[in-house]
Amino acid sequence: MVPVDYYIALSALLFVLGALGVLIRRNPLIVFMSVELMLNAANLAFVAFSSVFKTFNGQIFVFFVIAVAAAEVAVGLALIVEIFKSRKNINIDELNSLKG
Amino acid sequence: MQLSETVSSGFFFLAPWLVFAPLTGLLINLIFSKQFKFSENTVGTIASLASGAAFVISALLAYSVSAGHGEAVSVPFAQWIHIGTLQLDWTFRVDSLSTTMMLVVSGVGTLIHVYAIGYMHEDVRFKHEEGRFNRFFIFLNLFIAAMMILVSGDSYMMLFVGWEGVGLCSFLLIGFWFEMDTLARPSWANSNAAKKAFITNRVGDFGFLLAGFLMFWHLGSFQFDAVFKAAPAIAESAPWVIVAITLFMLVGVAGKSAQIPLYIWLPDAMAGPTPVSALIHAATMVTAGVYLVTRSAPLFSLVPQAQYIVAMVGAGTALFAATIAVGQYDIKKVLAYSTISQLGFMVAAVGMGAYVAGMFHLMTHAFFKALLFLSAGSVILGLERGHHAHAHHAAHDDSKSKKKKEGKHALSKVEGKKEEEHGHDDHGEVRRVEPVETFDPGDMRNMGGLRKTMPVTFWLYMIGTLALAGIFPFAGFWSKDEILLDASLHFPSVYGQLVLAAFLTAFYMGRQVWMVFFGEARTDAAKHAQESPKVMTVPLMVLAALSILGGALNLPFEGFHNLTHWLGHTLGEVEGLPLDLKVAGISTVLALTAILVSWLIYGRNPLKAGQIDPLKKPLGFIFTGMENKWFVDEGYFALIINPFKQVSQFLADVIDWRFWHDFVHETVILGTYNWLSGVALNEYADQKGIDAFANWLGDATQWLSANMRKVQNGFVRSYALSVMLGVVLILGYLILK
Amino acid sequence: MTSDLIVFLVLSLIAIASALGMLFSKNAVYSALFLVLNFITVAVFYLLLGAPFIAMAQITVYAGAVMVLFLFVIMLLGAESLAPSQALPWQKPLAFTLALVLVVEAVYIILSRAQLTAAVASPDASLNSMDSLREMAMMLFNNYLLPFEVTSILLLVAMVGAIVLAKQEKVGLK
Repeated sequence: MVPVDYYIALSALLFVLGALGVLIRRNPLIVFMSVELMLNAANLAFVAFSSVFKTFNGQIFVFFVIAVAAAEVAVGLALIVEIFKSRKNINIDELNSLKG
Repeated sequence: MQLSETVSSGFFFLAPWLVFAPLTGLLINLIFSKQFKFSENTVGTIASLASGAAFVISALLAYSVSAGHGEAVSVPFAQWIHIGTLQLDWTFRVDSLSTTMMLVVSGVGTLIHVYAIGYMHEDVRFKHEEGRFNRFFIFLNLFIAAMMILVSGDSYMMLFVGWEGVGLCSFLLIGFWFEMDTLARPSWANSNAAKKAFITNRVGDFGFLLAGFLMFWHLGSFQFDAVFKAAPAIAESAPWVIVAITLFMLVGVAGKSAQIPLYIWLPDAMAGPTPVSALIHAATMVTAGVYLVTRSAPLFSLVPQAQYIVAMVGAGTALFAATIAVGQYDIKKVLAYSTISQLGFMVAAVGMGAYVAGMFHLMTHAFFKALLFLSAGSVILGLERGHHAHAHHAAHDDSKSKKKKEGKHALSKVEGKKEEEHGHDDHGEVRRVEPVETFDPGDMRNMGGLRKTMPVTFWLYMIGTLALAGIFPFAGFWSKDEILLDASLHFPSVYGQLVLAAFLTAFYMGRQVWMVFFGEARTDAAKHAQESPKVMTVPLMVLAALSILGGALNLPFEGFHNLTHWLGHTLGEVEGLPLDLKVAGISTVLALTAILVSWLIYGRNPLKAGQIDPLKKPLGFIFTGMENKWFVDEGYFALIINPFKQVSQFLADVIDWRFWHDFVHETVILGTYNWLSGVALNEYADQKGIDAFANWLGDATQWLSANMRKVQNGFVRSYALSVMLGVVLILGYLILK
Repeated sequence: MTSDLIVFLVLSLIAIASALGMLFSKNAVYSALFLVLNFITVAVFYLLLGAPFIAMAQITVYAGAVMVLFLFVIMLLGAESLAPSQALPWQKPLAFTLALVLVVEAVYIILSRAQLTAAVASPDASLNSMDSLREMAMMLFNNYLLPFEVTSILLLVAMVGAIVLAKQEKVGLK
C-alpha cells in the first residue's frame, strides 16, 4: 500500500519542476509544455485524493482539466504560430515591448 | 388726589393733541415747506398755530379740570414698556398742576413763536442764512411737543422722555448758529455752548436716572400715584431711600434748572437766538426742575433734610448768580444770570415746601423774563439794524473794501456788470467770513440812550425790569414776596440769602436799564438803532400785560388765593398766607434802594464810550470776580476738565498708544504674530515641515515609481517569477502562521 | 516494502527523470518526447489509483493529441532550439532558489500533516470493472451535466479561435 503522502509529494515535485520550466526556459513551446506538466501534477493529486476518499468527483475534475488543457493548447499554439508569423522569432525574452 | 375714570366727560380726550398739535405743525413745515416754497410768514404762522392749538387744548383741559372740581384725570394713550411687573404706559395726566404748566408753556411759547417770526426774519438775514428760518420753527415746535410730554407725563419715565426731549431741543437751538462767526465770537463758541449745555445736563440726567432706578427698585413703580402711595411705608422702614431718591432728583434739577453746581451751561446757552433764550432758557425748560420737585412734593415732604438741602441750594444759587449778574456786560448774560438767580428763588421755595409760591413765581417769572429776553432781543436787533444802516450809510464815503461787502447792491448799479459778477463771486466765497465783525450788538457798553430810538421796547423793558425787581404792584412783587414770606417764617438763613439776592436783582436790573436806555449813545449803531416791527412788539405787549397783572393770580388777600386753591387740588390744600407788611416792606424798600444806588452809580453819570465800569474801582477784585463769573468755569476747568483731559491724555498717550498700541499690539501681538507666521509657521512649520513633507512625499513617489517601473520590464518570465515569489511567500506565511 | 511501493518508486523516478529531461533538453523535440514519457508514466499512476478512464484520457488526449500538436508546431516553426540570450541573467539562480524553497515548503507541509496517512485504495476488481466507469458516467451526466456542456462549448470556442488565429489574412475586413 502506498500512502497518499507519497503521491502528493510526487505531485508537488512535478509541479515545482513545471514551474521551474516556466521560469527558466525561453522557448514558449517548452514553457507551454511546463504548464502542461504543472497541470498533470495537479491532476495526479486530484486522482490520488479521489482514490483515498472513494469518490469520483476528483476524477471528473481531472476530466475537465484535460479538456480545458486541450483547448488551451489549441489556442496557445495558434497564438505562438501567429507571433512567429509576424516576428519570425518566438523567443519570449524578445516579446517585451509591453513594459513600463 | 385720586384718579377719576370719567375720561368721557370734558375735553380730556384732547390731551394727546397737546403733543401732536405741535408735532403736526412741525411735520407740515418739515415735509412741505421746501416743496411748496412756503414763505416765512406761512412757516411762522403754521408753527404759531400749532403752538396756539396746544394752548387752546391746555385751556380746555384746565377748564375741564376745574369743572371736575380739580379731580386729576389720567388719559391712557399708548402702551410703552411692559416687562414683568413693570407696566409703563404713555398716559397723560391732567390735573391742576400739569394744566398750569401746560398753559404757561403753550401760552408763553405761542407768544414767542409769533415774536420769532419777526425776530428770525431779520436774524437770518443778518447772518446771510435765510434758508434756516424754517429749521428754527421746526425746532421750536419740537420743543413745545417735548415740553408737553414732560409736563403731561403720568410717570417719572414719561417725564424723563420729555426731559430728554427738551434737552435735545435746547442743544439744537443753542447750536442753531453752530458754524457762524457772529457777535464777535469764533465759530466754535456756539457749538461749544450747545455741547456744554448738553453734557452738563447729562450729569443732571444721570442723577435723575439714578433716582428713577432707586424708585423702581424700592417703590416698584414709576407711576406718580403708585410711587407716592408706596413712599410713606418706605420712609418709615428705610428713610435713606427717599433721601437718596430726592437728592439724586436734586442733581437732575440742578442740571435742568441751572442750580449750583451745574448752572454753568445756562449763561453760555445765550448763544442761541434770543427767542430760544426766552422760551427755553428762561420761561419753560429750565423750570422743569421746579416742576419736578413740585410734582414730587409727596416724596420731598417725607424727608425734611433733603428739603433743606434743596432750599439751601436754591437760595445759594439765587444769591451767587445775582452777584455774577452785577458784573456782566452782555445784555443777555445779565438776564441769564438773573434767570439762574430767579430759578434759585423757585427751587428754594419748593425746597421749603412752599410749592404754590414756587409755581407762582415760575409763572410770573415766565411772563416777565420772557418779556425781558424778548425785549433784549429787540434791543439787539435794533442795534444790528442801526449798525447795518450806519455801515451802509458810511460805505458811500468810507473805505472801498467796506463798500464791496456792505453796499454791494448800491455798488453794482454804479459800477456795472463786471463789478456785480465779481461781487457775486466774492459773496459766494466769503459769505462765512463776512459777518465777522468786532461789533457786538449784545454788549451793553455798545448801547446807551436807546430810550429815544426804541421807545416801545424801552417801556416794555421797564415793565419787565420792575416786575423782576419786585416793585409793587407788578407780578414779580407778589410772587417773590410769597417766597420771602415763607422763608421768613421757617428758614431764616434762606430768607437772608434771598433778600440779599432780591436786592442785587433790583441793582443789576437798574444798572442794565441805565446802561442800555439812558445816557448818550456810545456807538454809531446805538445812535442809529431802529424800533422793532409790530410782529415783535405785540407779543411783548401781551407779556407786559401779564407781567403787570400776573400777580392777580394769587393775591395774598382773603378770597384771592386763586392759585393756591387751584394747585391745592393736586398738592393738597394749604392755607393761603396773608400779606405780611413787614416782609413786603423790607423787600420793596430794598428794591427801591437798589435802584437808587444803581442810579447813583450808572444813571447820574452815564457811562461814556470806552469807559470802564464805575464799580470796578471801589469794589476791586470783588468786581473782577463778578465780571469773570467768580472763575467758576475756570475752576471747573482746573478741577475737573483739565485733570480729566490729562487723564484722557494719559490714557490715550500712555495707556492706549504706548502701552496698548505700541507695546501690546505692535510689539507683543504683532511681533508674536509676525514671528509666528514669518518664522515659526512659515519657515519651520510650513517650509521645513509641511512643504518638506509634501516634497518628500512627491520625491518618494517619484523614486518609488521610477524603481517600480523597472519591475514592469516586459519579460513574461520575470512576471512569472514574481508570481512564484508570491506563492512562496504566501505559503511561507501560512506555514509560519 | 510492498510491490506497490516498489512500482510507485520506480514510476516516480521515471516521471521525475522525464520531467527533468523535458526541462533541460536543448532541443525542443526532445523535451516534447520526454514529456510524452512523463504523461505516460502519470497515466500508469492513474491506473494504479483506480482511474482507468482518466488514464485512457491522459494517453489519448495528452500524450497523443496534445503532444502531437506540440511536435507538429515545433517542427513547423523550426524552433527546436534558440540562440543563447543575455537577458535576465539573474532569472535562473532566482528561479532555482525559489523552486528549492517551494519544495522545502511542500515537504514541510506534507511532513507536518502526519495524521493524514491514509493509504490510497489499491486497484481492486470492482474499480477496474465497467461498474466504476458506469458509475462515473452516471455522475458526469447527472451531477456535472452543465459543466460538461460548458466544456463542449469551450472546446468549440477554442477550435474557432485557433482557426481564426492560424488562418492567413486573405479576406480581411471589407
